[in-house]
Amino acid sequence: MENFEPVIVAFCCHYCAYTAADMAGSKRLSYPPNVKIVRVPCSGKVDAIHIMKAFEKGADGVYVAGCLEGDCHFKNGNMKVSRRVNYIKKLLDEIGINGDRLEMVMMSAGMGDYFAKKATEITDKIRSLGPNPTKTVLGFAQK
Amino acid sequence: MITAERKPMEELTEYVKNHDRILLVGCNECVTVCAAGGRKEVALLASALQMDAMQKGKTLDITEITLERQCDPEYIEELTPHIDQVDAVMSMACGCGVQEIARRFKNTPVFPAVNTKFMGASERQGVWAERCQGCGSCLLGLTGGICPIARCAKRLLNGPCGGSSNGKCEINPDLDCAWQLIWDRLKALGMEKQYEEIIPAKNWVSGRGGGPRKIIREDLAE
Repeated sequence: MENFEPVIVAFCCHYCAYTAADMAGSKRLSYPPNVKIVRVPCSGKVDAIHIMKAFEKGADGVYVAGCLEGDCHFKNGNMKVSRRVNYIKKLLDEIGINGDRLEMVMMSAGMGDYFAKKATEITDKIRSLGPNPTKTVLGFAQK
Repeated sequence: MITAERKPMEELTEYVKNHDRILLVGCNECVTVCAAGGRKEVALLASALQMDAMQKGKTLDITEITLERQCDPEYIEELTPHIDQVDAVMSMACGCGVQEIARRFKNTPVFPAVNTKFMGASERQGVWAERCQGCGSCLLGLTGGICPIARCAKRLLNGPCGGSSNGKCEINPDLDCAWQLIWDRLKALGMEKQYEEIIPAKNWVSGRGGGPRKIIREDLAE
């Protein structure tokens, strides 16, 4: 486990977090390459099954990044997905995959520094939690 | 609609612990509307069961199907091509669906994935509340369209009881007193006189008191 490098899937809203990631790049801020970004038209578009499938296919951590409260381009997709994230956290806990592996973060398009900071924080947290337990037995994700 | 809630994962994984090939069957009717056993919930449960199995060193072969209805034999028939390829069926429908599958397929175990709760209505997005107990002789015409059987904790036919205070029930401060609701409604309709009428003791034979019930429409029955 010493060399464990987590795979983290970040579902990023096109209108905020994805642009913030872009800004982090423009500002030459580095963030861990463990974070794999999936751009979505709104964080509210992220369904429970997308999160579950990410874990099932071997992600060690997942986070959904949406707009700040009240700033959703589609009114309240970010608040809807926040509740969904909490629901899936409980389901993950129930099946023995720590719900802490899933997180909701909120930011605006201008918060490039915050994007890089959160990406680093979450990567560190997942690294300390260790690999997704579904792959430690069968070694799925290593394939 | 008939409402339901998914059972705890611990119970579900215990059911399928000795089975590797599972047919996970959802229902497109009530349990889809109350977000307990529709296509989405089938996909989520399949993923959860799979991840649980992976941690125990195996993988499951899960076939996901959501039928139009699980309480009609015509739709259950759609499972026939799959039944020989699986060790067990897990149904996300209400108890009616589970039993219809068990009745049709004698040699394959069927497990319920949800706890069937009650006949209810959506109070708002994500909230369902009990509205009917299927007592078999509807009183709603006497009670202003509010059912004291389903909504009064004591099923009082002539209420309220002494536990009603400020319009709430003594068993739960968030629960409206059904008889307060009935009175308010009758008053709003100018039907206060109706409230004065004593409703006689109910004959529960039309409900579960008469044993399992059946409806036969002779013009339709073959």
